[in-house]
Amino acid sequence: MLTVLISRPLRLIDWPLSALQRRLGTTGVAWAFLLPNLVLFGLFAFLPLILNVVYALTGGDQIMLEDRRFVGADNFARLSSCENYLDPNSCEKDLFWRAVHNTLIFVTLQVGLMVGFSLLTAIILNRDIRARGFFRSVFFFPVLLSPVVVALVWKWILQRDGVLNAGLDALGFETFNWLLHANWAFGWSIFLSVWAHMGFYTLILLAGLQAIPQDVYEAARMDAASPWRMFRRITLPLLMPTMLVVLVLALIKGVQTFDEVYAFTGGGPGSATTLMIQYIYETGFGGMPRLFGLASAASILVAVVLVALTALQLWANRRNVNG
Amino acid sequence: MTKNYLATTALALLAGGAGLQASAQELRFMCASDGSECDVLEELSQRFEADHPGVDVVIDLVAHNTTLESLPVQLAAGSGPDIAKVTDLGGLNPYYLDLAPYVDRDYWEASFGDTLGWYRKGPEDDGIYGMHSQMTITGAYINRTLFDQAGIEVPAEDAGWEEWVAAARAVAEATGTQFPMAIDRSGHRFAGPAISSGAKIFDADGTPILIDEGFEEFAGKFVEWHADGTFARDVWAGSGGSSYADAASEFLNAQLVYYYSGSWQVQRFDETIGDAFDWQVVGSPCGTGGCTGMPGGAGIVGFKHTEHPELVAELIDFLAQEDNYTELTARSLNIPAHLAVAQKGVAYPDASEQGEAALQAWGEQVTKLSPVAYDYQGYVNNRAMFNITLARLTQAIVGELSVENAMARARDDLAELLVATGQ
Amino acid sequence: MGKVLGFLTRTRGRGGRLHWTDWASYAYLGLGVALMFGPVVWLLLSSFKTEAELARFPPRLLPHAQEMMTLPGHDDPLPMFVVTDGPLAGEQVAQVRRIGLASQVVRPEAPDEIIKIDISQREPVEEIRFAWENYTGLFGEFDFMRYLWNSTFITLTATAIMLLVNAMAAFALSKYRFRGRGVVLALVIGVLMIPQTVVLVPLFLIVSKLGMYNSLWGVIIPGAATPTGVFLLRQYMLTIPDEILDAARMDKASEWKIFWRIVLPLSAPALAVLAILAIMWRWNDFLWPLIVLSENRNFTLQLALNTFQGQLSTDWSSLLAMTVVTLLPIACVFMFLQKYIATGIASTGGK
Repeated sequence: MLTVLISRPLRLIDWPLSALQRRLGTTGVAWAFLLPNLVLFGLFAFLPLILNVVYALTGGDQIMLEDRRFVGADNFARLSSCENYLDPNSCEKDLFWRAVHNTLIFVTLQVGLMVGFSLLTAIILNRDIRARGFFRSVFFFPVLLSPVVVALVWKWILQRDGVLNAGLDALGFETFNWLLHANWAFGWSIFLSVWAHMGFYTLILLAGLQAIPQDVYEAARMDAASPWRMFRRITLPLLMPTMLVVLVLALIKGVQTFDEVYAFTGGGPGSATTLMIQYIYETGFGGMPRLFGLASAASILVAVVLVALTALQLWANRRNVNG
Repeated sequence: MTKNYLATTALALLAGGAGLQASAQELRFMCASDGSECDVLEELSQRFEADHPGVDVVIDLVAHNTTLESLPVQLAAGSGPDIAKVTDLGGLNPYYLDLAPYVDRDYWEASFGDTLGWYRKGPEDDGIYGMHSQMTITGAYINRTLFDQAGIEVPAEDAGWEEWVAAARAVAEATGTQFPMAIDRSGHRFAGPAISSGAKIFDADGTPILIDEGFEEFAGKFVEWHADGTFARDVWAGSGGSSYADAASEFLNAQLVYYYSGSWQVQRFDETIGDAFDWQVVGSPCGTGGCTGMPGGAGIVGFKHTEHPELVAELIDFLAQEDNYTELTARSLNIPAHLAVAQKGVAYPDASEQGEAALQAWGEQVTKLSPVAYDYQGYVNNRAMFNITLARLTQAIVGELSVENAMARARDDLAELLVATGQ
Repeated sequence: MGKVLGFLTRTRGRGGRLHWTDWASYAYLGLGVALMFGPVVWLLLSSFKTEAELARFPPRLLPHAQEMMTLPGHDDPLPMFVVTDGPLAGEQVAQVRRIGLASQVVRPEAPDEIIKIDISQREPVEEIRFAWENYTGLFGEFDFMRYLWNSTFITLTATAIMLLVNAMAAFALSKYRFRGRGVVLALVIGVLMIPQTVVLVPLFLIVSKLGMYNSLWGVIIPGAATPTGVFLLRQYMLTIPDEILDAARMDKASEWKIFWRIVLPLSAPALAVLAILAIMWRWNDFLWPLIVLSENRNFTLQLALNTFQGQLSTDWSSLLAMTVVTLLPIACVFMFLQKYIATGIASTGGK
């Protein structure tokens, strides 16, 4: 019943597509297969990007493009006007540079910890463990939660009268206001995003580990290689391609971090946990006045950095594979 | 069989996706509230529907943030509801429907004279755009029981911030209370005390300046009081950007002696505190600029793009009639903005004795409001100025910027705002 | 019992004794269970607490509420206290009212005889009580079933469209060699890097120009072509041997039939992963629906959840209950499909 239900309309697609195939050959069919996707991409991904560029080159607080005046590269100039790029206070748009600094530190630590813990967890899950399916699900479970819920849950635990402080209090320790101190708030933000996403990367790495043929290890064991040596000489190199996928994905997602940290700390204390996307969101959308031009210019800068980072990694990978 | 089944599923999917076809005269009313206001509005609208067969008023309940962030974008793109309860009163002015052609101007001017200006573009604009449904005023509450336990006299009505700080600290110390004072994280909340300390906000010809001697002075003290633990740091320092935070739960838990917030808290305090302790409204401390809080609140407006401008105006006018307005105010525990209603006084049947006393006390505070506070509340871009205050002051409190630098940055932000909005 | 012991003592497969690394592994995993599940369990327990109990410090594990007693001569149930000091010490009393620092109480045996005590001499009597009203309130207060239907409709439709569209694109990009393939691939990867948050405003303009504002399709369609989906599926389809396709072509099968009858079934594990990811994304989606949908009747559960946050106050008890309710369906989906998640990700990501 169900198969009939689905295959009927699909047979309808078959006919015009076959006709097309007769006329254009297989290349034409390839484009036909691509068409729906390209239309959607074009309308909802590329067109917004182009509009974004238009916004970046115009000023004012109007949304409709016809009401905006052309300002050229003014938005970019103001964003990049800085006496010393290491000191946000010397920049014209100090909050932008604070966000840049925060994001760089955040992504470095977050990706490092994420990959580290995912790898550790994957290796442990790859051992001969009872109830592996259960443990695997446990680590994957937070991936299912929406960012807002993740933030809510941890805020609920960490706030001044939250359960963590209650625990400290009961054990006779001084209670501590975790989200009130810049470094702690930053640290917990990293913790929270690792907590929420590591399960996904763990599964990918676990799959990579399981794809390594057992006989390689057997052979090494014959040679009485130490476990550490086996890990360095066999596991790590053979896992490299998987590691790369994880690294690229984690990096891209890391730079894009927004919802969970925004809902968790609101970017505070002060601007200590304000990340790039939050800056863009608040400048263009949440805050007032709505400086769409500035926000768009900032988003273009982020996109350029992301493309460069990814290209760098892919290039490094190619060199690795070839060399 | 299969075909039929397919057809019905497809139909069901389409219906679910497109929603039901709108009836001929449907008014969409976007409403966000902290308490029972939207429920009361719905009931009143039903009475309106009864008088107008064929009209369907649909209340869309949303979060307050939606009216601040999504609604303006929707309006700018030419979509959005017909009517909404909004809090960014001046900022949305370009999209408002002018009710003047449809309503009795004299009645509206006589009833809402003080608040009509908040919805206008500027002084030269004489349109009638919104009915101020929820009048609020900022000011302080104290935990009276803590004062009594500590045996410390409550400062007099004309006491300044210094006196209140000293008293609150003494009470907190004597009773072992965690926080002497707290103030909501909001630029609007900060404005009242700043104006009381002499801040003028605007220069002589009405151009916003925000930062002046009075403002800077209070900002300096404010940062100092955060550093020495007088103010609960959690509230301002615990967040960033323009996000709002309050200290209501600390007050409810009796961990706070003095809480600067506003009249809208009455309903919640009344319900939650019960008889755990006594609380009291003490208004705003005094300074060289008076003893003013900030007026504020929300109002009901119609939008230009509506297909039924006449009906929209009629509905808002209906809500603005004295008896309806009184009912709305009484049941949603608000202070009336309608002058005749305010004069007669409102009885609050749902409030306790303590709650009723608090509401009356707030009503009296209205007379202390400074003209600067009214102007600031009525200024088109005030919300942007609140956000600037908030972001920069927080940076000074957490030590990212010195007070002077923070003030200088705020000046720059304001200049950018004026350029962007073309003023 | 023996089973549990067997579970605990099972080693890496050989021998019988546990190596220290096994102990360490189980310790790590145990810690993981606590850390991953603990917060959610805490959320679950908190959702059964009353507003007053939520504001309490230190918080208690189980929800409590003050015991109330109805006594003759008093209309409303009275809160119960135990007296800690003075002549009544140790007795349970019901409080009639409190005035300043004094409390007027009565003993349950003599409900008419009012006694005054100091408020510092009494402590509330509490019992464990689950505040089911947090949940029942949800169903009474608004059109819960409507939101559930909207969420489900969006999630299922969007997932179905996304699977089909992305699989078609992935098929073209993996099984055909044609001019411009590299460009298309590069574009797909490029789009992967643009977070939706960044293009929110232009995207909204386009969607409202297309007339999809305030329609569920405005939420479904723009996200239907995801770069992640195309990328994942393509990587998987690359592993399907071309010989199978060629054999089918020999039999004069049309390209569509090859896609539909051969490639799709062979890609089932990858499709399962994408389906799960898509369901998750759509179910949890918040910012975009918030902007596109303005009428209550089109709201999703996540948007309804958001309405509990007022301008100046948050209704925590309802918010937490609602959070749990929105969490349940996705947790169920996960429980049923968790096997596929593991094997599916295993077969795509590892390549």
